[in-house]
Amino acid sequence: MSTSTNAIEALVNREYKWGFVTEIEQDVAPPGLNEDTIRLISSKKNEPEWLLEWRLKAYRHWLTIKEPTWHNVHYPPIDYQGISYYAAPKKKELQSLDEVDPELLRTYEKLGIPLEEQKMLTGVAVDAVFDSVSVATTFKEKLAELGIIFCSFSEAAQEHQELVRKYLGSVVPYTDNFFATLNSAVFTDGSFCYIPKGVRCPMELSTYFRINAASTGQFERTLIVAEPGSHVSYLEGCTAPMRDENQLHAAVVELIAHDDARIKYSTIQNWYPGDKDGKGGIYNFVTKRGKCLGRNSHISWTQVETGSAITWKYPSCMLIGDNSVGEFYSVALTNNYQQADTGTKMIHVGKNTRSTIVSKGISAGHGQNTYRGGVKILKNATGARNYTQCDSLLIGDKCGAHTFPYIEVKNSTARMEHEASTSKIGDDQIFYCNQRGITKEDAVNLIVNGFCKEVFRELPMEFAVEAQKLLSVSLEGSVG
Amino acid sequence: MLEIKNLYVKAGNHEILKGVHLKVNAGEVHSIMGPNGSGKSTLAQVLAGRETYEVTRGEVLYEGKNLLEMAPEERACEGVFMAFQYPVEIPGVSSAQFLKAALNAIRRARGLEELDAMEFLALVKQKFKVLGVDEKLLHRSVNEGFSGGEKKRNEIFQMALLEPRLCILDETDSGLDIDALKIVASGVNGLRSPGRAILVITHYQRLLNYIIPDYVHVLVEGRIVRSGGKELALELEEKGYALIEGGAGAAAPGRR
Ligand SMILES: Nc1ncnc2c1ncn2[C@@H]1O[C@H](COP(=O)(O)OP(=O)(O)O)[C@@H](O)[C@H]1O
Ligand SMILES: [Mg+2]
Repeated sequence: MSTSTNAIEALVNREYKWGFVTEIEQDVAPPGLNEDTIRLISSKKNEPEWLLEWRLKAYRHWLTIKEPTWHNVHYPPIDYQGISYYAAPKKKELQSLDEVDPELLRTYEKLGIPLEEQKMLTGVAVDAVFDSVSVATTFKEKLAELGIIFCSFSEAAQEHQELVRKYLGSVVPYTDNFFATLNSAVFTDGSFCYIPKGVRCPMELSTYFRINAASTGQFERTLIVAEPGSHVSYLEGCTAPMRDENQLHAAVVELIAHDDARIKYSTIQNWYPGDKDGKGGIYNFVTKRGKCLGRNSHISWTQVETGSAITWKYPSCMLIGDNSVGEFYSVALTNNYQQADTGTKMIHVGKNTRSTIVSKGISAGHGQNTYRGGVKILKNATGARNYTQCDSLLIGDKCGAHTFPYIEVKNSTARMEHEASTSKIGDDQIFYCNQRGITKEDAVNLIVNGFCKEVFRELPMEFAVEAQKLLSVSLEGSVG
Repeated sequence: MLEIKNLYVKAGNHEILKGVHLKVNAGEVHSIMGPNGSGKSTLAQVLAGRETYEVTRGEVLYEGKNLLEMAPEERACEGVFMAFQYPVEIPGVSSAQFLKAALNAIRRARGLEELDAMEFLALVKQKFKVLGVDEKLLHRSVNEGFSGGEKKRNEIFQMALLEPRLCILDETDSGLDIDALKIVASGVNGLRSPGRAILVITHYQRLLNYIIPDYVHVLVEGRIVRSGGKELALELEEKGYALIEGGAGAAAPGRR
């Protein structure tokens, strides 16, 4: 009898606790995508003319390009005309949180994100995005005293036009890739953060994305600009109702770090993953990129990806300023029939640039987990260094882990280190834990958390605990 | 405390135990000796609840309850502890986390309050001293990169920490040098108590110079072929298993 799979067999019902639907009157655009759809979105948001033009350029470009197929994920063709590109809770102009529909407040409360400021975790400011619009941003005034702008993208497009115009598309141009181009045409909301020179943001900034409406796509856009010497830590979380149909989420995130600036971007992605037979779930096609423009700038991505039927994302860093640093810490978990193709790209342009990649892939059930990472050292990047560590953990024997590292070095002074490992939770390990009184589920959690600890310790404290819990929920039923 | 009646066990198509009888009372130390492949580890693992083995006949009572019906973690919580012949490595999981999870699971089952990090550390440090275990062990992954001796010592340390009622030691002596052997033996002797039974499984008589058993049983080809007092171990050492095997047919089953 094999020692590896007996106890850690089949995957049974895993519960998704965030799968409820909020009953609220919504303003939903009819399905379909054409220039009028884009004009509608733009006018709903009172956008300036230049932004509409930018969207239309993106749309026209999108019509000329094809969906990529190089990734290691499989899904039926997406019907882009069957999706509604705009859904918003019906509302009047909001002056304060008190005017937010109580049903919405309850929704976020249920999700564990109370929006009333006095109830919030101190030290975390939240922007809540519900389908296509931002419904509330907390602690705005307090942040404004420091000159920090933290608001919805829609608001920024009106109130902080010069900044948005200067930076929008400067990291991820609208021609970048199929999904980013689509996003550029139809993005609805998202967050905008601006940290002025020398300011250290005193609290975590956080956006909570919620898909609610059926048959809609969510296309949000986040832009973070850190002026010289500023610091910011930003966190996003995501959930969606359980629905049998697949829903598309195609976001774009752009980060800009000037001299000596530091941006820490953490994601806890928990979109609905589909049921245990692989029915339903979010298709998560996301483009995230940071530009370390200034000297000594520092961008760090940390992601815990437990949700979505398909995850396709590669948070990347362009290390342009000399001595700039890029980091990528990732935990990606696939259970049941989830597929993830994720990783990063580190592009070393400046001198003495450094990057660190730590990727932890966990596969259970029939889950397929692909790490795809690129490290590029360009000709002038003298003294560049990269360290990559890429570990896979398998639970059961029907899942898969795949690793595709791409390395391109054009400067001979570069120093590259690469470590990789694949391990499996063995029956003997589980039995050893059992023999000491630890249940199978606890044993798996212990092992998985141990496996992920290098990534978890990069998360802000409050969220590290949440990430651990999430992982254990996501693995529920993965041991027989 | 433990009563094994006519136990038959197979793995795959291989019949390993063929009618084992054994009775162990609280406060006693029993030794099971036997050549390689005779089924010693199989017996230990079946008592601990390893699912790879199939019990085809017989029963096992532990404190009057049907042991074979209990999940392995329940058995552990009820006080059954097995020191593994080959302790398992769990990379990434620190010994501290592991031990705390184990201790608190068992405490919960016993209706005791869970220990917080500080209380846990205090308890662990006290037990460390007794067994001469280095505190650094706490920060290392469970058994990962441990030498053979360290692994075995770690098993006994865990046993001391978890305070089981039935201790099963599967070849804890193998791979130990004489100094390590003495430390392990004194750790085990320190656990001897009227409320606790200890089953020492070994291939060699050597360990029994330090842990003096009340009874010795000889397991050959899946059966207990002889039982006796501690002198039986010395006889075995002298004559070897072959002679004993010769008399297997006539030997009384290991009942007391
Ligand atoms: N899981 C298993 N599957 C098949 N055969 C096994 C298994 N475990 C043990 N055996 C066989 O059973 C016999 C007894 O093994 P074991 O109990 O380990 O003996 P001992 O501990 O006395 O050396 C050996 O022949 C061994 O190969
Ligand atoms: Mg053995």
